[in-house]
Amino acid sequence: MATTATAHQTKWWSGGKSPFNMEYGKLMMWYFLMSDAFTFGAFLISYGSIRFSQNFWADPNVVFNAFPGAGHANLPLAFVSVMTFILIISSVTMVLAVHAGHKGDKAGVTKWIAWTIVGGLAFLSCQAWEWHHLITGEHAVLVDGHVELIGQTMRANPWGKLVEGQAVVDALKNTSHDNLVSLVSMHDHTTSHDVLSAMSNDALINKLDVAELHIREKGPVAFGGYFYGITGFHGFHVFSGVVINIIMLIMTQKNVFEKKGHYLMIEKAGLYWHFVDLVWVFVFLCFYLI
Amino acid sequence: MSQHIISPEITFHTEHSDADFKSRVRKTTILLSVITIIELGIGLLIYNIHKGENPNHTLVLMFKGAVCILTLAKAYYIVSVFMHLGDEIRNMIMTIVVPLMLFIWFIFAFIYDGNSYKNLRNTYDKHFQESAVEKQEKKAEAPAAKPGGKE
Repeated sequence: MATTATAHQTKWWSGGKSPFNMEYGKLMMWYFLMSDAFTFGAFLISYGSIRFSQNFWADPNVVFNAFPGAGHANLPLAFVSVMTFILIISSVTMVLAVHAGHKGDKAGVTKWIAWTIVGGLAFLSCQAWEWHHLITGEHAVLVDGHVELIGQTMRANPWGKLVEGQAVVDALKNTSHDNLVSLVSMHDHTTSHDVLSAMSNDALINKLDVAELHIREKGPVAFGGYFYGITGFHGFHVFSGVVINIIMLIMTQKNVFEKKGHYLMIEKAGLYWHFVDLVWVFVFLCFYLI
Repeated sequence: MSQHIISPEITFHTEHSDADFKSRVRKTTILLSVITIIELGIGLLIYNIHKGENPNHTLVLMFKGAVCILTLAKAYYIVSVFMHLGDEIRNMIMTIVVPLMLFIWFIFAFIYDGNSYKNLRNTYDKHFQESAVEKQEKKAEAPAAKPGGKE
């Protein structure tokens, strides 16, 4: 009996005692998460550093004001709050899954892990929509004395300072026919594209209300790289979290944990999932709130 | 089956009773939701201050500071309740939290660095400075080239 006990102990930490009275895998998951926190921290601090080095930065309430199905309605913070709540709720379902695991309740683990996966997929879909909207959405930007329509990409940022008055009138005169047609059709949904294309440049300009155009200069280029880089890296963590949770679900279904006699693996997956939620709290702060 | 049970060395359990656990999770969920809603409210407030004539930059900065503190509170609750770090042994908590203290220096140093780069360029790089000048003309109320540098 004594020898089997020793052999069993060495399996965990080899020193005969479990440091911190904690399972090896769980402790290492904590240390991994700590290192990951430094990675995300470095990204976010680098973003802050660049932001502080600029005289102008894009206003998040102007950048993130769209909502699926709401067209051009100005709804700052609305969509991102949906995303935030999805992650918080999926974190709660994960807590419940871990708790069911402590009790050895297979049905409970299955149910709550499944809901967590649903939450993760919902978050990823929201992010996909948001990225698609930012990349493909066209915004009127003053470039070299004429108006161009550009989206938010890694190379360009359409959210610089607002241009007003005479500068807009001058820029419109130098703007290409196609861009004018697109500009008019953005504000006027009643006239068909073909009719607009047939109109002359001056007639098109006459249809535009200069005060309502909201033409901007190009904004800080670094915005795109940081936004897509950091939210993308976070999205990648969500994705891998979903994959881990799906594996946990399959293992639960195959009675792997039942045979082991404990559901500690769910706890480790849970730690990772909560960390993803934790990082989002800071991404939300840095990109959307301040 | 006994060899499959967690090591007998691990005698420390973080579990609570069922009812206790449920009320704790419910309280934390409500707390996180309420903090998030307050944050969103402040975010919209900042948006409306920005929209108005002559936005008060000190006020905006104060609200942004408040949001940062609320975020730290959220992070605390996620880590200590959802991740059960608060229930672990103190020395284990310290091995996680103490290294993260590096962030305090990290944040101050790098933001100070970015701000210093901006001030240097505004002083010596005329092309870069143009963007600052325009901004100051537009917002005549704003103090010029603030040393604090927060937008």
